[in-house]
Amino acid sequence: MRKPGQDRLGIVLVGLSGVAVCVALGMVFFYAPREAAMGEVQRIFYFHVASAWVGFFAFFITFLAGIGYLARGERRWDILALSSVEIGLTFITMTVITGALWAKPAWGTYWTWEPRLTISAVQLLIYVAYGMLRAAIDSPERKARFAAVYGIVAFVTVPLSWFAIRWWRTIHPDILTSGGGMATTPKMTQTLMVSLAAFTLLYVTLLRQRIRLERAADALARLRLRADRIGK
Amino acid sequence: MSIYLVAAYVVFWGLTFLLVISIWARQRRLEQQIAALQSRLEENEA
Repeated sequence: MRKPGQDRLGIVLVGLSGVAVCVALGMVFFYAPREAAMGEVQRIFYFHVASAWVGFFAFFITFLAGIGYLARGERRWDILALSSVEIGLTFITMTVITGALWAKPAWGTYWTWEPRLTISAVQLLIYVAYGMLRAAIDSPERKARFAAVYGIVAFVTVPLSWFAIRWWRTIHPDILTSGGGMATTPKMTQTLMVSLAAFTLLYVTLLRQRIRLERAADALARLRLRADRIGK
Repeated sequence: MSIYLVAAYVVFWGLTFLLVISIWARQRRLEQQIAALQSRLEENEA
C-alpha cells in the first residue's frame, strides 16, 4: 500500500481543489455584486447551491455504483457507493444548514415544512439510515447487495427534491430557471459557475481519499485473516 | 456583514474540515494498524 507522501496525484488534487475553493470564495465576496433586494446575505446562495449540487451528484454516483455492483458483484463498486454517500451526506447537511441560515433573514424563519425543505430533511435521514443499516449487517456480500439496492432506491429523493419547486407550490426560489426573484447579473452567474466547478473538484478529491481509506480497511481485514490462519 | 452570512460560511468550512480530519485520522489509524500487523506477521514468518 502506498504511503500518503507517495500519493502525488492526491497532493495535486488537494492543492487544486484548495485553490479552486479559495478562488470561488474570493469571487463570492469581492467579484459578485451585492444583490439589490437581499443584500449581503444573498452571498450564501453561491456555496448553498454548490453544496446541493455536490450532494446530488454524490448520490447519483452512489446510484450508478449500486447498479455497477448488482451487475458485476465487484467490491470496488460497493466502495465507490459508500464513499460517495459519506461525502454527499456532508454536503447535503451543509445545504440544509446554510439554507436555514439564508431563510431566517429572507423568510423570517429558519425552517418551514414546504415541499423542497421537507424532501431535503427526508433525504438527509434516508442517507443517514444507509450508513446505519450497512453497519447492522455482518455478511460483507449481503451488506454490499443491500446497500446497492438501497442506494438505487434512495436516489429517487434527488429528482424529487429537484422538481419539488417546479411541481408544487413552494416558497423556495427557483434561481436556476427563473431567477427566483433575484436580480442576477453575469458576474453572479460566473461566480456560481466557478463555485460549482470548485465544489465538484473538492468532491473528486474527497472521494479519492475516502476510497483509499476503504481500501486500507480491506487491506487490514486481509492481514487479520492471514494472522488468524497463522495463529491456528 | 450579516451574522447569517458569517454563520453559513463557518458551517461550510467547519463541516469540510470535519470530513477531511475524519478521513485523515481514520487513514492514519488504519496505516498504523497495517504496519504493526505486517511487522508481526513478518516476525512470525521469519
